[in-house]
Amino acid sequence: MSLHPNYTRPYQYKWNNLPYLRLSGLEPLTVTPDSNFVNIGERTNVAGSKKFLRLIKEQNFEEALSVAREQVEGGAQIIDINMDDGLIDGKESMVAFLKLVASEPDIARVPIMIDSSKWEIIEAGLKNVQGKCIVNSISLKEGEELFIQQAKTILRYGAAVIVMAFDETGQADSYDRRIEICKRSYDVLVDKVGFPPQDIIFDPNIFPVATGMEEHRKNALDFFQATRWIRENLPGAHVSGGVSNVSFSFRGNNKVREAMHSSFLYHAIKEGMDMGIVNPSMLEVYDDIPKDLLEYVEDVLLDRRDDATERLLEFAETVKGDSTKEVKTLEWRNEPVEKRLEHALVKGIVDFIEEDTEEVRHKFDKTLKVIEGPLMDGMNVVGDLFGAGKMFLPQVVKSARVMKKAVAYLLPFLEAEKEEGQKSAGKILLATVKGDVHDIGKNIVGVVLACNNYEIIDLGVMVSAEKILATAKEQDVQAIGLSGLITPSLDEMVHVAKEMEQQEFNIPLLIGGATTSKVHTAVKIDQNYTKGQTVHVLDASKSVPVVSSLLSSEKENFVRTIKDDYQKLRENHALRQGQKNLISIEEARSNRFKIDWGPQEVHKPEFIGTKHFDNYSLKELSKYIDWTPFFSTWELKGKYPAILEDEVVGVEAKKLFNDAQSLLQRIIDENWLEAKAVIGIYPANGVGDDIEVYADDSREKILTTFHTLRQQQKKAANVANFALADFIAPKDSGVKDYIGGFVVTAGHGIKKHLEKFEADHDDYNSIMVKALADRLAEAFAELMHERVRKEFWSYAKEEQLENEQLIREKYQGIRPAPGYPACPDHTEKPILFSLLNATEHTGVKLTESMAMWPAASVSGLYFAHPESRYFGLGQIKKDQVEDYANRKGMEVKDVERWLSSNLAY
Amino acid sequence: MLKVIDLNIMDIREILKERILVLDGAMGTMIQRYNLQEDDFRGDRFKDHQSPLKGNNDLLSITRPDVIKEIHAQYFEAGSDIIETNSFGSTSIAQDDYDLAHVVYDMNYASAKIAKEAAVEYTQKNPKKPRFVAGSMGPTTKLASMSPDVNDPGFRNVSFEELVAAFKEQAKGLIEGGADLLLVETITDTLNAKAALFAIDEIQEELNTNLPVMISGTITDASGRTLSGQTTEAFIVSVEHSNPLTIGLNCALGASALRPYLQVIKNKSNAFVSAHPNAGLPNEMGEYDETPEQMAAQIKVFLDEGLVNIVGGCCGTTPEHVRAIAELVNSQ
Repeated sequence: MSLHPNYTRPYQYKWNNLPYLRLSGLEPLTVTPDSNFVNIGERTNVAGSKKFLRLIKEQNFEEALSVAREQVEGGAQIIDINMDDGLIDGKESMVAFLKLVASEPDIARVPIMIDSSKWEIIEAGLKNVQGKCIVNSISLKEGEELFIQQAKTILRYGAAVIVMAFDETGQADSYDRRIEICKRSYDVLVDKVGFPPQDIIFDPNIFPVATGMEEHRKNALDFFQATRWIRENLPGAHVSGGVSNVSFSFRGNNKVREAMHSSFLYHAIKEGMDMGIVNPSMLEVYDDIPKDLLEYVEDVLLDRRDDATERLLEFAETVKGDSTKEVKTLEWRNEPVEKRLEHALVKGIVDFIEEDTEEVRHKFDKTLKVIEGPLMDGMNVVGDLFGAGKMFLPQVVKSARVMKKAVAYLLPFLEAEKEEGQKSAGKILLATVKGDVHDIGKNIVGVVLACNNYEIIDLGVMVSAEKILATAKEQDVQAIGLSGLITPSLDEMVHVAKEMEQQEFNIPLLIGGATTSKVHTAVKIDQNYTKGQTVHVLDASKSVPVVSSLLSSEKENFVRTIKDDYQKLRENHALRQGQKNLISIEEARSNRFKIDWGPQEVHKPEFIGTKHFDNYSLKELSKYIDWTPFFSTWELKGKYPAILEDEVVGVEAKKLFNDAQSLLQRIIDENWLEAKAVIGIYPANGVGDDIEVYADDSREKILTTFHTLRQQQKKAANVANFALADFIAPKDSGVKDYIGGFVVTAGHGIKKHLEKFEADHDDYNSIMVKALADRLAEAFAELMHERVRKEFWSYAKEEQLENEQLIREKYQGIRPAPGYPACPDHTEKPILFSLLNATEHTGVKLTESMAMWPAASVSGLYFAHPESRYFGLGQIKKDQVEDYANRKGMEVKDVERWLSSNLAY
Repeated sequence: MLKVIDLNIMDIREILKERILVLDGAMGTMIQRYNLQEDDFRGDRFKDHQSPLKGNNDLLSITRPDVIKEIHAQYFEAGSDIIETNSFGSTSIAQDDYDLAHVVYDMNYASAKIAKEAAVEYTQKNPKKPRFVAGSMGPTTKLASMSPDVNDPGFRNVSFEELVAAFKEQAKGLIEGGADLLLVETITDTLNAKAALFAIDEIQEELNTNLPVMISGTITDASGRTLSGQTTEAFIVSVEHSNPLTIGLNCALGASALRPYLQVIKNKSNAFVSAHPNAGLPNEMGEYDETPEQMAAQIKVFLDEGLVNIVGGCCGTTPEHVRAIAELVNSQ
């Protein structure tokens, strides 16, 4: 049913076989009749955002760009840019901002909407956008002649256009005026200008309602009806509008405003509005609007009663302020039990889950139906919201906790009924490969898949290929997922793939984890397993679509797309390999980084040898935490602390952060983790690309040797080919130099707590503990490095840096870790460990792939020279690999295996 | 906006529905074969010009028209249906490097005139195979949506207005010199191309002409994007408002690497599709060493898949390459 009296059937698009509306930034955006509502970001608008206005006024374009970036990351498909303000030069600001946007691919990938009431700003904007943008807006306000001229110019620039319902006599404020002006504008554009109809977007004016003025009563309803009329009568044309206008009278009462926006959109979209300028953080889920509030709001929007405005105003008073919030939060307890379950699942509330599960159990003859019915229904809602980007990972993990609790409660009943197990969507085996201990990402994938009704067999960490494949056969799984974080795991994945080929598997193989990539999967893994399909899964949110495509009837198409894609990647990779410009190792060495070594370049440390620390204060460590990577573990993108205020993920980020803080407090108060460290400082000198480490300052006895690798890319003039050895004084300089090393851990004691959470089906807290332990270990490395600089080596006694500056590496010297870009060779780790006697001092062990156990550990070397810096080794040639193998006394093929990602051949 | 209907246009649109047309190959590669010296480039008209002119190939249309015409003839002889004018760099922006900005109109006019003479000659020889002249418009030497200074991303060394003025002057020379089509090619920055299309639209309105426009972008790297970062589909969307005769790709990559992006154009655009790839990728010496046979084998794939309507060569291709392609097209 339509809100328009003349239209009774559901909305029918009038396209007349016109092409679709197509827009572009760096990437295309096509609006089809089946497209969901296209949301246009509104924060880069000086009229709508005080913050953005301030940034533009201060000429702080850098931060203004971050406003744009946040919107795109938050899901805006188009960004509206408006610089109409009396106190700034609108034209200049528009041009400057658009030029900067063009330099940021993350932002420039979406189309731009150039929003101004001044034609000169619009035209200046059009001259600075390479993609197909939208002009917002033109109208018949100043007559047909100017309108035609502007439309022709816009067409020549290749943009789409928003046309306001405005003519010579004023802005359309009734249904009749809206359709009259839109019809006239459309006819002029299509017939006189030749404007493509699909590139015309009408803004039929969203005006405030509930203003108390009689003439505003039908503002929303007129809009809805005009929208329907436009979509039914003006073929190809679209309808858009600025939604937040409608709730103007309720400024300050976000609860009511959010409900009004959602309800307005709900009706407008049904009538055919297919785009809109929306603030996503000012929207409530339509179904979540309390029924009473919704009724009052819709009375107003649809003009259903004479006293609608008074009633909404009155009601608005009661939902204002925080005092009512607490009461309201428990209101959902009055809903029927199915609704309560859904609410608990969507909101991740475990408090009532057992009693609700018990209650609902009595409604079904078989317990299994409870899971298949109300519980899965609830999880489907979660899945849909997550898929639509309306829920974020931490929320989903909480939902899973609720689900698991409910299922655990039902288990004894299920068994009593001796039913066959729940029919799952498929059985997936997950494992972190042999030699690797990192499993946070894998666990998240497990949770997300389980939420979508897949049965997960999780073999844990350090799982051999034999065990993975034997279990896969025994359990008859439908897909295998491998995870790994350190580079040697990549080879282990290749090994598993080869074994699968050997043993004639044909099920899909999924690859995920921080060091994995689509390119590596395509080039190194995929080809080794021809009987089944290998797919790289970028992150947890991608796991469900990938798995469901692979296990469904779309599999064939999906696999074909993947195969084409990987083939292309391989070709491109080969192409790039061919083009690499590498120089010989001799040439690279002659272009080493030169420091003019003299005694003044070196600071003698306060002690020689090692020092170790047990039971280091966790509270002390926590002050050094860098929170940004913590959020990225949870797939929330953004920098701390700005992420807490982020429009899209801010609310969830804040909740997550609060949960992390309170768990961290418990970890500290109850001493859950034991932090241990060892550091060492020794006399050292460079010999070629190696670093000799001596027992004492007589420098007669060599304790050990570190081996470093040198960049072999052809460099521009005055840019060196770096190796870490360049930062240590060479032996023949006669300068007495030093090197340091460290191993720290914050992972001891974690197991007990993980087991406790896992027993309680609480993945959320289990992942949280691991993520916090990782952060504490990194913080420990930061803290020890600072103490080394200030006390133990004391070359920077006077240093005064805030945590933020530490995170940005503003200190003197570096602490590169084996396995990371400057020294990708993991086999330098045992040399460091034995020098420091690290396993004895810290309890940290190395696995066969040189991963550290416990996982929350960090190791590395200290270089003190002010010129020392982090760099990436990049690709190296065989001549260096052979030379390096010789220096280390290793087989060339072993070196090649450990350095496989760096080989240029 | 009534426009005069040119029978020629009707022809080429109709012909394209029937068969695949062959474009020519590289101009620069051919000019190299003549081993021309500074004096050749200067001719009589520029003998006292203040800056060196050797290497300014477009200038030869004025100073050695015989050479240019001979090259055009070689391509027609090899089987080209369409040849490009020798005007790729004839804009005031690019010619400023030679202090020749003031000669740009003459250069374009001369380039179009020579090409048209050759075309008329060959059409008369065989009226069943009409020959066309595409006025070549390169991207200029400056980019409108990218900063040349990494430390100042908001900086630009050319504006949209400057580009429009330069392209308008070029297009005017080409149209008045007798070009049948205009070819905006080797597009690395779509904003430059939009300026060219804007200029063409304006000048055609002023001159009351309606030459069909060919648009050809350049994918610069393996990620499948233009230098200015657009995907192939985004590129199409950004230029389609000009109602082009063709949208296609040229330069930068060899034929086989272009294939997936040509598929995108074929699927996502209503225009005819053109391709004029390089003779493979340059070797370490910067030379193109893909043979006519190797190139034809890759082009064959385009034809078998029905990917292209106009096909030819870019850097490193010669009449031998074009002959191989033309034979392939004829055998289809």
